[in-house]
Amino acid sequence: MSAQFVIGIDLGTTNSVLAYSALNEEQPQVQLLPILQLVAANTIESRSMLPSFLYQCTADESAAKSFLLPWSNDFTFTTGYGARSLSAEFPDRTVGAAKSWLGHSKVDRHQPILPWHAPDDVTKISPVTASQRYLEHLVATWHQAFPDAPIAEQNVVLTVPASFDASARELTREAALAAGLPDSFVLLEEPQAATYAWLNAVGDRWRELLKVGDRMLVCDIGGGTTDLTLVEVAEESGELTLQRAAVGNHLLVGGDNMDLALAHYVAQLFEGKGLTLDPWQSVSLWHSCRNAKESLLCESGPDSHTISVPGRSSRLIGGLVSVTVERAQTTDLLLNGFFPEAQLSDRPARARASGFREIGLPYEADTGITRHLAAFLKQSLAGRSLTHMLFNGGVFKASALRSRLLHQLQRWFPDSPPSIVEGSDDLDFSVARGACFYGWTKLRGGVRIRGGTARSYYIGIETAGLAIPGVGRPLKALCVVPNGMEEGTEVDVPSDPIGLIVGESARFRFFSSANRKTDQPGELLQRWSPDELSETDSLEATLSASDIDNGNTPDDDYVPVTFHSRITELGVLELWCVHESEDKRWKLEFSVRDDADL
Amino acid sequence: MGRISLAWQVLTSGAFAAKVTNLLNLPPALAAPPIAVAPPKPVAPPKTLRSDAVTLLAALQREGRLIDFLKEPIEAYSDAQVGAAVRDIHRDCGGMLERQFAIRPVLDQAEGSNVTIAANAKNGRIKLTGKVGDGSPSSGTLVHHGWLVTKSDVPVWTGTAEAASIVAPAEVEVR
Repeated sequence: MSAQFVIGIDLGTTNSVLAYSALNEEQPQVQLLPILQLVAANTIESRSMLPSFLYQCTADESAAKSFLLPWSNDFTFTTGYGARSLSAEFPDRTVGAAKSWLGHSKVDRHQPILPWHAPDDVTKISPVTASQRYLEHLVATWHQAFPDAPIAEQNVVLTVPASFDASARELTREAALAAGLPDSFVLLEEPQAATYAWLNAVGDRWRELLKVGDRMLVCDIGGGTTDLTLVEVAEESGELTLQRAAVGNHLLVGGDNMDLALAHYVAQLFEGKGLTLDPWQSVSLWHSCRNAKESLLCESGPDSHTISVPGRSSRLIGGLVSVTVERAQTTDLLLNGFFPEAQLSDRPARARASGFREIGLPYEADTGITRHLAAFLKQSLAGRSLTHMLFNGGVFKASALRSRLLHQLQRWFPDSPPSIVEGSDDLDFSVARGACFYGWTKLRGGVRIRGGTARSYYIGIETAGLAIPGVGRPLKALCVVPNGMEEGTEVDVPSDPIGLIVGESARFRFFSSANRKTDQPGELLQRWSPDELSETDSLEATLSASDIDNGNTPDDDYVPVTFHSRITELGVLELWCVHESEDKRWKLEFSVRDDADL
Repeated sequence: MGRISLAWQVLTSGAFAAKVTNLLNLPPALAAPPIAVAPPKPVAPPKTLRSDAVTLLAALQREGRLIDFLKEPIEAYSDAQVGAAVRDIHRDCGGMLERQFAIRPVLDQAEGSNVTIAANAKNGRIKLTGKVGDGSPSSGTLVHHGWLVTKSDVPVWTGTAEAASIVAPAEVEVR
């Protein structure tokens, strides 16, 4: 049976969305799937987003089946709005930000570690399993709505942050396949999805809005992460083409940090009035602060906003305490805290400080998004100008944040300030919609953003030499995948043969770089600065003796191999060890087990 | 941690030229194949043992604390105190009603403008006031534009019969 739909899924850090379009239309008609979910115990409602939270029910709740969905036989946990509201009172029982954990290579993401630091009597799950649960929820909802169109037979596009490295993408893929997505599903970078949403909104008019040589910054600020991408307009046989030229590093700072910063400030105002907030009130406050942010950081907004926290008893007005938050203070706190005036030559502060840090995740020490942006633009533009800017993410509902960023860009590029690309104002849903549109263009033709891999990849090679006790052998980095290697291509990595020991598992340290753009396969780096190469999960291959059974085994049980890398049509990175003379090859797999420092 | 078990053999056998193969060039735009597509199926709601009205009350209390507000004697409070509480209730209950019912005016014309009556009279969309005689008046002044729901998405409650009357459970903190 052939596919009837193309489906775009935004598996977000804080919210997930599914958009779809039927394939029997002339033009894509992208719609959002209403997602049935528990919003409280025993209460099922359809919402357009599924909050990416998972609550582990208590034994009583499980026994009473308080969190029962029509399709599920598992009452031990719940995902969505209900889980999000329960996270306030029961942080120890609630998993959040699983996606940020997926991108965090310092922990073993297959191990049950979430909720982080939960007491022993709470069931823990791995970041991969949590992601799988959210996707399973979306898949089940899909099957309720379209029982005759199994998702495994549809064209599915799933988005990931552009800053996700190969191992985080592979873990996402693993969760997606376990949730029942088809083998053929495609990963798409979120800022590209936002760009596709814009392309869908403007249609063919984009060719009039952009010209050859234009460069567009896509600034995607989600709940927990900031994702930067630079798209260039080129020309190929007389046709305009879009090229993803650069992506930023994985930045763990986003809209939630801003709401939390404001809530922290307002909580102090309440303390001044003698009210110490309990957890339930804190979350109510967080919610109020998001509204206050959107109202005060709006150009035509009021000069002050009253934030009230009701008491917990049934006496609502009697228990109410209010404080007034001034526009000037909020602007100062949020704009200067997150979008400080910066020079294009500024760099983010390096040290991991404790400011907004939650235990475990490596949140950014420097919450100044403008400084991260400066570093990214300085590197990726290399002196050239920026012509356009596309905003994405719910944060930009606060128009003052858009103005501030634009103002900053005008100061950096005074001669030709970039203009804002106005696409969909559907900031919360454009990634899913764009992913769906991308799936459509992939099948039916249409504008495509080309880019290939966002990073270059390296295998660590320990050099031979006299062993010195206590000193590791010098490490070199062999480039195996160049930046921008396109889907559907492969390359033999030229290098001197490397000897693998038969019967032992060979482990390679593995590195990636978002900013070394010119390294070619086979280049051997002798040294690099810490911000150039970041280490991710190591790679592993085992050569069993039976693989080498034709008597030609070298004397010392070494098999000489070279590397071969391949990016599949679906964007999956594969690395192989190739025995040149015997035509044998072994696939290197990510090993996310032993080297996690848990 | 057994890292790399390999020897770096110094063989000057020369580097291989990079062979980049374009495996698959995407075919040009495919013509739309004729595909039968079923419309989304309305999901059969699970059985509920409670009236939708009570479920709606529970939602108004859960999201906007409306029942607390209406049940509280407000005579003793100043208008400012009541006003401070109302803002949040207005926002939260309003948001919930928009989501579940998407309430819109019955007539889109501005209040105070002249509107025709004919087609609207019999289907309950308008109520005539003023000098209403036995004849069928053709037009009048719009005093109130009316309200209608464009959908009704009350949550489905799946609890037990014993709990059906609970709008909000009592909260007891375990210390």
